[in-house]
Amino acid sequence: MQTCALSLLVFTGASQFALVGALAAGGNPLTAAAGAFFLGVRNAFYGLRLSQLLALPRAVRPFAAQWVIDETTAVALAQPTRRSTRIGFAVTGLSLYVLWNLTTFLGALGADAIGDTDAWGLDAAGPAVFLALLAPMLKTGTERAVAGLAVLLGLGLLPVLPAGVPVLVAALAAPAVLFLEGRRRGTARNDAHNSDVPAHHNDVPEEDS
Amino acid sequence: MNTWIAIGATALGCYAVKLAGLLVPAGALEKPLVRRLAALLPVALLAALTAQQTFADGHALVLDARVAGLAAAALALVLRAPFLLVVAAAVVVTAGVRAMGG
Repeated sequence: MQTCALSLLVFTGASQFALVGALAAGGNPLTAAAGAFFLGVRNAFYGLRLSQLLALPRAVRPFAAQWVIDETTAVALAQPTRRSTRIGFAVTGLSLYVLWNLTTFLGALGADAIGDTDAWGLDAAGPAVFLALLAPMLKTGTERAVAGLAVLLGLGLLPVLPAGVPVLVAALAAPAVLFLEGRRRGTARNDAHNSDVPAHHNDVPEEDS
Repeated sequence: MNTWIAIGATALGCYAVKLAGLLVPAGALEKPLVRRLAALLPVALLAALTAQQTFADGHALVLDARVAGLAAAALALVLRAPFLLVVAAAVVVTAGVRAMGG
């Protein structure tokens, strides 16, 4: 029942898995929800692209919003015309929504029949799903640095913080790496600038005074 | 009851960000820094979640059959296997290692 409500109302897979994972680990419902929320933030950026492509009337947008997810965006962006974009978005959205909720329902029914899910290795399905979602995102060194720092934070803080909180702290890896990257780029730019004007090296300590 | 609170908060939050993307004028979210951050947040969260669900047992860090399952999933990903096959690899290997007493 709760699983089905999640699929009907939230309808963005990574957030659902994160919420269930955090709750199963004994996490506080609000920290669990916060982690799920951050995973859903990317949908706002899909909506941004889609609103230009779909050019929907304002009244329709609240209804279309629930279908703004990875898959519908991918299909809609691949279409050459506005008409096919709209059709692609609607068909993908509808078929995914129906199938996602139908299979959720079957899964919720089936879980009781399976019994001990650990004996079947099903507890490894959760992290495998996350890994499969994560892998295509690790395109450059920046993403890998963020992922590595997040793993360290998530595991390192696990024994000392309440369940669910370490994941939220690990999310700080994203702004932290961005900040460091920005600083490095800023320093590189300053260095380039300074090499043109050697007299203005103010960050080098004067040793021979 | 607590679970319903979490479901409600997640549903509202996730719907709000979806709608925000459709309604907000492009300029507000198009700043490069905001875009980079939104792209990197899921990376950090997914990486931390993957690691925790592989190594965590309550508040303790453990090495058990799940590690073998995740290694199988990673190998499947490197071989560009489809999503379901990746998850199936993790499940089957974990169950196999457990059955052998791992």
